[in-house]
Amino acid sequence: MKQKFKNMSDTNLLLTITIVVFFAMYLGAIIFQGAGFLKPQTFFNMLIANSALIITSCGMSLVMITGGIDISVGGVVALVSMSCAVLLDYKGGNVLEALLLAIGIGLAFGLVQGYLVAYLDIQPFIVTLAGMFFARGMTTIVHTNPFNVENEAFVALKDTRITIPGLGSVNKLGVYVPAYVNIGVIVALAVVIILFVVLKWTKYGRHFYAVGGNRQSALMLGINVKRTVFVSHLVCGLLAGIGGFVYFLYVGSGSASHASGMEMNAIASSIIGGTMLTGGVGNIIGTLFGVLSLSTIQNIVSSAGLDQAWWTGITIAAMLCIFLVVQSVVMARKKKAE
Amino acid sequence: MEKNKKSSGVGAFFSKLIRNQIFIPIAALLLLAVFNLIADPSFYKITLGYNSAGDPVLSGYLMTILDYGSELAILAIGMTLVTAASGGQDISVGAAIAIAGSVILRVLCGGNSRPDELQAPIIVAFLAACVVAMLFGAFNGVLVAYFKIQPMVATLILFTAGRSIAAWINNNELPIVNDVTFTYFGGFIPGIPIPTPFFIAVICMIIMALVLKFTTLGLYTQAVGINEKSSRLNGLNPAFIKFLSFVILGLCVAVAALIKVSRLSSINYSVIAKDIEMDAILAVALGGNALSGGKFNMPASILGAYVIQFLTTTLYKFNVQSDALPAYKAIVVILLVVISAPTVRNKISGFFSKQKAKAKGAA
Amino acid sequence: MKEKSVLEMRGIYKSFPGVLALQGVDFTLCEGEIHALMGENGAGKSTLIKVLTGVYEKDGGEIFLKGLDKAAIIRSPQDAQRLGISTVYQEITLCPNLSVAENMYIGRSEGIGQNWKKMNESADKILQSLDIPAKSTQQLSSCSIAIQQMVAIARAVDMDCKVLILDEPTSSLDEQEVEKLFGLMRDLKEKGVGIIFVTHFLDQVYEVCDKITVLRDGKLVGEYEIKDLPRVQLVSKMLGKELDDMSDIKNDNEVYKGEGADSSLFEAEGLQSNAGIKPFDFYIKKGEVNGFTGLLGSGRSECVRAIFGADRVIAGKLKKNGKEIKIRKPLDAMKQGIAYLPEDRKVDGIIGDLSVRDNIILAAQVLNGFFKPFSKAQAYKFADEYIKLLEIKTASADTPIKSLSGGNQQKVILGRWLLTHPEYLILDEPTRGIDVGTKIEIQKLVLKLASEGMSVTFISSETDEMLRTCSRLIVMRDRKVVGELNGDELTQVMIMNTIAGGDEKDGEK
Repeated sequence: MKQKFKNMSDTNLLLTITIVVFFAMYLGAIIFQGAGFLKPQTFFNMLIANSALIITSCGMSLVMITGGIDISVGGVVALVSMSCAVLLDYKGGNVLEALLLAIGIGLAFGLVQGYLVAYLDIQPFIVTLAGMFFARGMTTIVHTNPFNVENEAFVALKDTRITIPGLGSVNKLGVYVPAYVNIGVIVALAVVIILFVVLKWTKYGRHFYAVGGNRQSALMLGINVKRTVFVSHLVCGLLAGIGGFVYFLYVGSGSASHASGMEMNAIASSIIGGTMLTGGVGNIIGTLFGVLSLSTIQNIVSSAGLDQAWWTGITIAAMLCIFLVVQSVVMARKKKAE
Repeated sequence: MEKNKKSSGVGAFFSKLIRNQIFIPIAALLLLAVFNLIADPSFYKITLGYNSAGDPVLSGYLMTILDYGSELAILAIGMTLVTAASGGQDISVGAAIAIAGSVILRVLCGGNSRPDELQAPIIVAFLAACVVAMLFGAFNGVLVAYFKIQPMVATLILFTAGRSIAAWINNNELPIVNDVTFTYFGGFIPGIPIPTPFFIAVICMIIMALVLKFTTLGLYTQAVGINEKSSRLNGLNPAFIKFLSFVILGLCVAVAALIKVSRLSSINYSVIAKDIEMDAILAVALGGNALSGGKFNMPASILGAYVIQFLTTTLYKFNVQSDALPAYKAIVVILLVVISAPTVRNKISGFFSKQKAKAKGAA
Repeated sequence: MKEKSVLEMRGIYKSFPGVLALQGVDFTLCEGEIHALMGENGAGKSTLIKVLTGVYEKDGGEIFLKGLDKAAIIRSPQDAQRLGISTVYQEITLCPNLSVAENMYIGRSEGIGQNWKKMNESADKILQSLDIPAKSTQQLSSCSIAIQQMVAIARAVDMDCKVLILDEPTSSLDEQEVEKLFGLMRDLKEKGVGIIFVTHFLDQVYEVCDKITVLRDGKLVGEYEIKDLPRVQLVSKMLGKELDDMSDIKNDNEVYKGEGADSSLFEAEGLQSNAGIKPFDFYIKKGEVNGFTGLLGSGRSECVRAIFGADRVIAGKLKKNGKEIKIRKPLDAMKQGIAYLPEDRKVDGIIGDLSVRDNIILAAQVLNGFFKPFSKAQAYKFADEYIKLLEIKTASADTPIKSLSGGNQQKVILGRWLLTHPEYLILDEPTRGIDVGTKIEIQKLVLKLASEGMSVTFISSETDEMLRTCSRLIVMRDRKVVGELNGDELTQVMIMNTIAGGDEKDGEK
């Protein structure tokens, strides 16, 4: 058993911890908070509420695996939802144009930040911190006051429900309600799967791990390090754009205060999901479980009656802290064992 | 040919000028000052008026800068040390101010959110805030120095939780202090028409100057920031120096928090000191200090803080909304870091030397 | 290009700020040949190799490869790989977070998909054929350093290369592993691969190589058939002393005869640090100058670092005047009156951005305490004193140390430690990369200090310097103390023989 622990790759070790933690928490929720957590729809609601976070967290994980960080994603999400809202309701744009706008904004952020980080060698934290403030500021400049979008095509899309055959529950009135998800969830799961496949089953995907593991070695092994770093930021920006659109689809409004703190949740999800801050270790499936763990905690906190807003912040920070320290200690131990 | 010679001469002159660190904030200050002078000279008007209590106060944009720039300058002191020692920045100062401010109000008001009189002397409240803020600084310091987590990521934890903790300290109530003396710290002391925060900032600067003069803190911090390995071989304890810098920043946070809560006599957990970490980092960068650590220049950082406030006030004057401010400042940050990036510097100096070579070749 | 050669480097130049690392070096490698590249530290071996593998861009010269009509352009490691040049570096240049198989294949082939099964199978096949005890799916960081090194070699071997560079690959391998590696090298040689082998183990050179090229101070000394160059001659070529020149220099300076000259001041018993040296015994008397000698990587620096507490001590005792003392960190050693001038001036010595003055006072200031800073006047006084004493050439005491020349930087560091008035001064390669005049000044200073009662340990790659200064030499090889030379034994020939080891005595014929 001990030998097995030692032989496990760091990625798989941390992934296992994450999945175990998630199931333990969910089980705890079922035991202590009652049957609500047993309903499939409770789980799907978690997915629905967090689909945007899942998408942005995937991008965050990619950047972190490559050894960087991107804290502009929350700002980009806010900017995207505000821009799309303005486009739909004031500029007469259609949904497709809004989607293209979202992707365009995301790519633009990824492009500039990636260039500054990869080719000008500026610390990613500073660059993306500026990116975050720029996006937040721009959101207000685009439109100041929050408003709900009334574009019909958009509202129809927003309310589209996709039922899951075979799953459902009986509600208080004794009527069978099938479980459902929305479009955002489908997009989020698609992103998870695509990114997972790219990272695991393509040669290019492995380059991200190599660069995050040891930049100098990766260079010696014949990998184009700068381009890899650049692409990681570009993809993260793109996913922030898509995540922004999904977020917009979920909330259906534009506001400067949207997605506040989302970058922190994305980082926290990635770390809880087993992505190492130091790079080279991480798994997109873990990130998915990281988001779900966070959301479970939030559900537990609120159903335990501690629904004051601060508890969420404190619990997330506490979890983040614990996982950071655990990572630091586990890795130091492993190094010593060698 | 003639032109080439001239350009290299100008280049040499500029590189010499730019090498002097304090030149950067001074140049930025002059630029802003001239801009305002041309755009609207009334920017510099200072009037003597009377506030609601009938005390004389000076008002005007310059006074605003002096007033609001002061808490930034106090933070810049601590941030400079953290940057120099750890090569990273503390992004939790805004959240930490919320916590320290909340502690002050909690002690002053007791459990009661609207007491008629203070439940404890202000000095006690302030000391409690100092202890709490230093503890949180120590928390960041431990993560950075001993667990070796990058400073910005380590401080992310407190950044996430800080405002929640602040709200929790006062049970999410918004206590209001009903005491005139408490307003002095963020306002005016009767009879003195210059805002008190400026005096507090000056006191902090004097204390820091004394500390730098009568201890070896400055030398140690710089040595650790420049070359950790070598510092260790000279008998220093790099981890402790980094830790210490975060604790000192905690103290600065407590002072800034006192000013902040005194201004309102109350607190708004999600708004107080919002985005101030950005301004503090910017002040350090504008002071010409390398964000990757090492040598620092404290006066330049402090001047940088006032320049940032100058910029903010100027933007306000031109009716930029407070929520939109970050966008403009972000552009300034990016310009600063791009110019100071080693790769860019190398490219520029390579360009200059090529020019020189060309000039030589032509001759 | 010659008929059989796979690689020819002609007139390679490379300079770094302040250093001419390579000055017109030629190097030729033939098919099916194992060619040793020898030279002491700073001779330019690694620079030459890094030029060849595209890590550094050369300033001048040309590189020809078999099968190319024109001079090859190598700007990056990728270029080198494409041209059939594979390298195994001394420090592992693989990614610790990836699996063994991935490390063997990443960055090499075209195509999009990652076929794990196929990759693992072929990796296992290679590992098996090379007899490397690792599984393809294992994470690299869970393998020992030796196996990681073998994996790097396996990768290089599998790349179907024409030129294989092994840059000190054996420093972390044990004997059996080295044997295995040599078997592998011979196999590749049969297949016509040209191998460049860089090592500081002389035994290994004579066991496996066909030719030797010696570099010194960035210049080519010569290319020799292995049978034409006996060991002692090789050592003398590396160190730059012809056998004829090796007249013995007598150490006839004044010797300290004051109080305590007979008993040992510091004494180590079975001291061992985590830097990989074998436990060693050591003593130094008051006013004595002794030295550690041995080739680079023999463990001489690690010994003194253990005494100073710079590496973590894991076993053994340290005594001062017969009483046991505890040294856990450098500050403890400094308080006991030990000063240490480190080997790597850039990384461990100077605080680059700080002024000469701050660099000089730093150690003394730390000893003086946090709350007792030297006043500005005092600091200037100290700085000026040592700038004058050591004749440091600097614009002023406020000049950043990084803008000084190497020799002057070294003098500043020396001044820093002299200011602490140590009882025991350890100088690790104090004269490396500095001009002859300064070298002699430093040697004289060492002797003067010793005659005043300071104990000094002097480490240098240049034996004549050691002979001039030291009255006792501890010889190291392969991270072990292998001998001690005293009095009449202190001759170049004896030193070289002891360093070279084995039974070879041709130097004394």
